[in-house]
Amino acid sequence: MVIEARTGVLDLCRRAIQLAEADGATQAEALVQRSDQQLTRFANSEVHQNVAEVDTTVSLRFVDGKRIGVASTNRTDDASLRRLAESAARICRVQPEQPDFGGLPEPGAEPVTAVAGASSPSTVEATPERRAEGARAAISAADAAGVLAYGSYRTVTEHVAVANSLGIACEEERSLGHVVIVAMGPDGEAGYAEAAAVDIDDLDPGALGREAAAKAATSRGAVAIEPGDYPVVLEEYAVVDLLDMLGYLGFSALAVQEGRSFFEPGKRIGSDLVTIRDDPADPEGTPATFDYEGVTKKPITLVDRGICREVVYDAQTASREGRRSTGHGLPAPNPWGPFPLNQIMDAGDTPRDALVEGLERGLLVTRFHYTNVVHPKLAMITGMTRDGLFLVEAGRIVGPVRNLRFTQSYLEALARVEAVGRDRRLLRGFLGSVVVPAIRISAFTFTGATEH
Amino acid sequence: MRELTQRALDTATTQGAGYADVRVVCRQDEQLTVKSGRVEAVSLGETEGFGVRVLVDGAWGFASSSRMDTAEADRIAALAVRIARASATALRRPVRLDDRPPARGRYETPLVEDPFAIPIDEKIGMLLDADARLNAVEGLAFTETMYHGQREWKTFAASDGSETEQVITHVGAGIEANAVEGDEVQRRTYPDAGGGYQAAGYEFVRSLDLPGHAEALASEAVELLSAPQCPSGRKTIVLDPSQLYLQVHESCGHPIELDRVFGTEASYAGTSFLTTDKLDSGFRYGSDLIDIVADSTAAGGLGTFGWDDEGVAAQAVPIVKDGIFVGYLSSRETAPRIGRQSGGAMRADGWNRIPLIRMTNVNLLPKPGMSLDEIVADTDDGLFLQSNRSWSIDDRRLNFQFSTEVAREIKGGKLGQLYRNPTYTGITYEFWRSCDAVGDERSYRMLGTPNCGKGEPGQTGHVGHAVSGARFRDVQVGVGRW
Repeated sequence: MVIEARTGVLDLCRRAIQLAEADGATQAEALVQRSDQQLTRFANSEVHQNVAEVDTTVSLRFVDGKRIGVASTNRTDDASLRRLAESAARICRVQPEQPDFGGLPEPGAEPVTAVAGASSPSTVEATPERRAEGARAAISAADAAGVLAYGSYRTVTEHVAVANSLGIACEEERSLGHVVIVAMGPDGEAGYAEAAAVDIDDLDPGALGREAAAKAATSRGAVAIEPGDYPVVLEEYAVVDLLDMLGYLGFSALAVQEGRSFFEPGKRIGSDLVTIRDDPADPEGTPATFDYEGVTKKPITLVDRGICREVVYDAQTASREGRRSTGHGLPAPNPWGPFPLNQIMDAGDTPRDALVEGLERGLLVTRFHYTNVVHPKLAMITGMTRDGLFLVEAGRIVGPVRNLRFTQSYLEALARVEAVGRDRRLLRGFLGSVVVPAIRISAFTFTGATEH
Repeated sequence: MRELTQRALDTATTQGAGYADVRVVCRQDEQLTVKSGRVEAVSLGETEGFGVRVLVDGAWGFASSSRMDTAEADRIAALAVRIARASATALRRPVRLDDRPPARGRYETPLVEDPFAIPIDEKIGMLLDADARLNAVEGLAFTETMYHGQREWKTFAASDGSETEQVITHVGAGIEANAVEGDEVQRRTYPDAGGGYQAAGYEFVRSLDLPGHAEALASEAVELLSAPQCPSGRKTIVLDPSQLYLQVHESCGHPIELDRVFGTEASYAGTSFLTTDKLDSGFRYGSDLIDIVADSTAAGGLGTFGWDDEGVAAQAVPIVKDGIFVGYLSSRETAPRIGRQSGGAMRADGWNRIPLIRMTNVNLLPKPGMSLDEIVADTDDGLFLQSNRSWSIDDRRLNFQFSTEVAREIKGGKLGQLYRNPTYTGITYEFWRSCDAVGDERSYRMLGTPNCGKGEPGQTGHVGHAVSGARFRDVQVGVGRW
């Protein structure tokens, strides 16, 4: 597999591999990540933080038989790369063999075609002035609604290159813009909006600002409500957490191999309306051609109409089962195993308003906050609601209510999905990008309350 | 180095910065992981670069680079000024910094054995030994042992003449046993979930004696598979330091960050219930037994240093005194807004991140009287909770819920039945007001949190918490089946 963009980062990989081989490596892999990241943050309707960074990191995996050492540096001159190879060789040779190490991944037999749409010139060339303009648009929307704007506007461009001594050599430019806005009013009312895009021309901070401000305005005067079981509509911002947590807990081959995953092929974990895929080529997501081991990313159906189908693999977990990696490896060394970084939930056919209209008495949840695992194999999660929680009766929003704590199995939640929105959003989760619709769930367990 | 820092400062001020500072940071990390008898990860990382922070017309700009030459210093300083000017187009309250004398000097973490001088094979051997002892116990599904050493060389210079150099060394190590049966996944960790951490040398790792604690830990993980579910209800709980430190972290450490109070973290981590009207107004945060201090001079703490990342000297800041809320973690920008001087809590995660208000060592001070064992012996009916398993708290730091790895019944002052999957929940100030015993010096120890997340772009902070264990009355244990 060879893809080259001629930016020089692949040359850094090749040089590091040459040096490793000169030091006696039987195999070697180099990963170079050159990033240019800029972010503007605003709070109380003014910019309070505005930052930029550029960095290049070279990570070298040095293999001697079944011993492996990894060293990394952000110094890219030849002397530093020599030291890098020496360090990796030294730490490789002082450790015992890994009997089940299957070797570095080999190039596939088929030629590789780079996915389209991984990067956009508008994002690559984004300026501080463009981000400040976005912040001002969000602030203006908040001003108009009598609330304050808080948020961030981030642009990142990354050149990723991976090469190994078995012939893998690939390089790709990836870009992302991400806008997050919380609008808050004087009485504690709050609203939220978020969007991500490869091309920042697809982001509209003003529209997001209006969405968050409007939500905040309707959150004013929230009243207390008793915790308990409620039917819910989860907006896309909340659904992200379901996919993130399930990806983290269960969709990894390592989690299955260690016996800590809920995942069993053929097991039903969701209603017929739930299909979740990891698709690195889907243009609605953030396309990427290869993983951090240089293996071509394959689309994987994780859950098909509620039934568990496949998990994702990296080279090591695949080797244990005598199969090929699905292209979901993380940078070495990686004790956490592979993860799905491009999750997509299939859209349904329910218009946004009809999701809420289907609630006889329930809650509309904007998003979740600070979720964590209570019981891993049941995917039992606790967390809080935030930035807009509303009581719905007879299909109509009655008014805002104070935030609640939930303690709920996300598997049970998926099994109770009774409607899926037809529109989807591209958002950022903690595992990567996520494309999700809003959903309606017949029962969701809230176990506590707070004061706002 | 001095040529680069001076060049950056000169360029920034020439281009219009009213204030500028530059940090040059080199960080080295050594990480070793053994999983189920297999050396899973051995890595050595280094990263070096500099960041320039400027104030132009009361607006902040920050830029950073890993290219270490004077031409790049010019480019980055000019970019920081350009970014500040862009910030100024959406500014309502120009930044004003408090006065402080220029910082000058050198600080180095005190240590006995340089962890980077200990051969890697010796460290791996220790981890493999501990792993083998874990796996000598029948019934485990997988195990993990880890070591992490980090050293940071940091040079700070500012346009007010400040110049400091610091060498900070942190080490951590720990073991973990996991048992799986059916839907149950039970975990036990030592000394703390994620490993025990201190600002120290390798002598700290030796003192943990990981192999010596392995067998008992593994046995308890297996025992948990058949232990009953922890009963629910309003109960007396005694928290071991391995859980109490995170209770302090989440429900005291974060809400006292003055930038959160002023809303600058609102869009990410949230705000705080400890609003400024509660300062100096006698707000009761906890019972009379609660004394909390943010102390960046405490021995061994991950939040211990000579100066923070804007040149403010290390100090101990009272936070809660006799249960009354009295202070915040603050910066040169935020402290004047409450009429105070910075408490020196600005810390950045490396050269490419801007300093934020972070915890230093937020410590619950010990109370003379009873050790932790004596608190247990003094409890008629309750639960003893050890080792954090999960945590969650709302965006104003009020409603929290924690899970621990293990609970032990306390009956008549004695530890008894083992329970699995314990959880407890409450409202921060109600919980701390229910505290009726805090352990004395005999169980007081410094713990570290090496994974405290905050800020955008994300920053991982190393912070410390010294605690001795404490007892709380009438706490909600369990939620539903959990």
